[in-house]
Amino acid sequence: MSIVLVFLAVVAAIAAWWLSQQRLMAKPWLEQGSTAAFPRTESGSMPAAKIGLGVFLAVVGCLFALFASAYFMRMGFPDWRALPVPPTLWLNTGILVLSSVALQCAVFAARNGQFDMVRLGLVTGGLTALAFLAGQLVVWRQLVAEGYFLSSNPANSFFYLITAMHGLHILGGLVALGRTTAIAWRPEQRDRLTLSVELCAIYWHFLLLVWLAIFAVLAGWAAGFIEICRQLLT
Amino acid sequence: MVDVTPDAASPVPPAEVAEVELYHPHSWWTKYVFSQDAKVIAIQYSATALGIGFVALVLSWLIRLQLGFPGTFDFITPEAYYQFITMHGMIMVIYLLTALFLGGFGNYLIPLMVGARDMVFPYVNMLSYWIYLLAVLVLVSSFFAPGGPTGAGWTLYPPQAIMTGTPGGQDWGIVLMLSSLILFVIGFTMGGLNYVVTVLQGRTRGMTLMRLPLTVWGIFTATVMALLAFPALFVACVMMLLDRVLGTSFFMPAIIEMGEQLQHGGGSPILFQHLFWFFGHPEVYIVALPAFGIVSDLISTHARKNIFGYRMMVWAIVVIGALSFVVWAHHMYVSGMHPYFGFFFATTTLIIAIPTAIKVYNWVLTLWRGDIHLTVPMLFALAFIVTFVNGGLTGLFLGNVVVDVPLSDTMFVVAHFHMVMGVAPIIVIFGAIYHWYPKITGRMLNEAMGQFHFWVTFLGAYLIFFPMHYLGLMGVPRRYNELGDMALLSESAHQLNAFISIMAFIVGFAQLVFLFNLIWSIRHGREAGGNPWRATTLEWQTPQTPPAHGNFGKELPVVYRWAYDYSVPGAKEDFIPQNEPPSAYAASRGAV
Repeated sequence: MSIVLVFLAVVAAIAAWWLSQQRLMAKPWLEQGSTAAFPRTESGSMPAAKIGLGVFLAVVGCLFALFASAYFMRMGFPDWRALPVPPTLWLNTGILVLSSVALQCAVFAARNGQFDMVRLGLVTGGLTALAFLAGQLVVWRQLVAEGYFLSSNPANSFFYLITAMHGLHILGGLVALGRTTAIAWRPEQRDRLTLSVELCAIYWHFLLLVWLAIFAVLAGWAAGFIEICRQLLT
Repeated sequence: MVDVTPDAASPVPPAEVAEVELYHPHSWWTKYVFSQDAKVIAIQYSATALGIGFVALVLSWLIRLQLGFPGTFDFITPEAYYQFITMHGMIMVIYLLTALFLGGFGNYLIPLMVGARDMVFPYVNMLSYWIYLLAVLVLVSSFFAPGGPTGAGWTLYPPQAIMTGTPGGQDWGIVLMLSSLILFVIGFTMGGLNYVVTVLQGRTRGMTLMRLPLTVWGIFTATVMALLAFPALFVACVMMLLDRVLGTSFFMPAIIEMGEQLQHGGGSPILFQHLFWFFGHPEVYIVALPAFGIVSDLISTHARKNIFGYRMMVWAIVVIGALSFVVWAHHMYVSGMHPYFGFFFATTTLIIAIPTAIKVYNWVLTLWRGDIHLTVPMLFALAFIVTFVNGGLTGLFLGNVVVDVPLSDTMFVVAHFHMVMGVAPIIVIFGAIYHWYPKITGRMLNEAMGQFHFWVTFLGAYLIFFPMHYLGLMGVPRRYNELGDMALLSESAHQLNAFISIMAFIVGFAQLVFLFNLIWSIRHGREAGGNPWRATTLEWQTPQTPPAHGNFGKELPVVYRWAYDYSVPGAKEDFIPQNEPPSAYAASRGAV
């Protein structure tokens, strides 16, 4: 459980930093009047959707941290036989990076009002994400062809389970991306476009980050990091 | 009092917060069924939770029938008994308490108390309820599935949860239970995002964090915890589902069952326990923190006195929330863990007693020399304090490894957790319903029925669970459907069991009176008016009662003060609403 504790420590640090900005030392029973004197504690000006996405990403991060925790705890048992890393995963990683880059380009274009570029970026991002999912399926087929079945070893089970979870999150993101792309073709909804594109891009970057972490864990490069986490906690 | 405005007399500038575009329903269906109004969703959540809660009540009767009068009722087979305790526990903890506190009270009170028109993502909020309802339906469907519901115990420990000997283990029961939990977590996450972001971004002008009523603080912190804890349940459920359906071995060790080697091998049941309790312990505080918050508000309002130590109360809520993530393994002392590991978790467990004790002191000091009105909500709030202290003290016993090991498998544990996270939060739910029912329906609940309900429930719950401590100390094991002739048990233990069962029926009956009161008072209750308890918080200041769609009429209220200005010396009335400007207060002071 060391990984999830480290993850929660990060969340707690962010929460503590935010709380420290909120005048928790105030004595509300001695203060009355409007809040002109302490403007920083008003509800922020950041759009609610962005905050909502941030909170959601914390939940998703916690989910994958828990999967990773379970992975490392199960790994210690003697029946664990690590999987080989299929080279196709490198290609898929490249595609997912492209997808993120395309969406980031769409964000810049939306801020500059270049709507053709926004559409190009969104469509490229969507297609590359689909290509990533297809690539993951190809990896699954390759592993099955080589005899690495879901239930034949816990390492295989975790591989399929965690990649499936990540893929499902990408699929969910594609629904949001589809809606954003629809907005991009309607000029009358342009005021909503920038925010929508930004939200998609943030989500994509986050899932890319999660993927890189998963990749490192599944390929066995993260063991050193885990050792550090464990050392920190004990 | 210090005015923090540069010039108290100057008018407050108009609200700069942009008006939120509200979704306006067009038909009966979108107004009352597929509604996006948090208040309607709150009522849907509460009604569903109370409905499934009554199923759990009936199950508890069946459990007590068996325990009190073993061998008398043929239809309660050992399998059925385990199915009853499993479903009773799961329903009460997750589908009733969590859903009612966060989905019910959270939805109703957060927007009203922080001065918002609605939740920030009303559509997602609606989805949250419907997924919750689906989860409940899947759970209920397991009663009708072949083999019946799962009988694995509410903790669903593998390997027994998915083996043939356990009811529902190789039938539909466990699959439906795990699916239902997965749905619940998804639905809750949708709702939880709303509660958190509404508190962060939806607060009206002047509503700083330190002016929030403690109810909102409690629900807010509990929601943050739930968002981070429920993924652990999700992960555990998904992995167990794979073990059961696709034959993986995440949790399943090599097992020979009825002479046959199962296909599983090498898995770790302890891994499941870690995941489960990583969710399970914060869950205790997920239902306790909203209760803490609500009780603080009830006590302050009905004792006509400001809450004692507001800042400490807020800090304690946050500290309890954070600490509750590092104590989970105290549920696993008997799982064969390293002694130093147990020592660490015993220490963190006992540390939680400090912020909790601060809260209890502050409640008691709020009551000290207050103008206590023994209304029904106040009675429930007072009952909560004693019950929670009671359950908390036995928690200190069980938090120590050496005491826990001999007591872990006895009725003492059952008594402890029923007191601290069964009776105590439910008593708060009752108090809160009596308190806010007038706002929700515009009518008061019947006082006489309320008094009857309170006294029978409170005294009855003590008569049920207090003797259970003694049974536990005597060595009566939990999880046994029948004690039989155990040499260590005297005849009085059996008599006590029968007595507990009879009390359980009486207390259950009182809940039916409460249910009748809820329905009867909608039409026949006394007219309540907008603010029957003369309370300060914003939900009592709405132009209409029950509050209309959009909550606050044309303009959102502006908040000028904290939520606890009761009995302020020199004020015209013994309460000053949060949205009353200082100038009006000054004028009233001048008039005195």
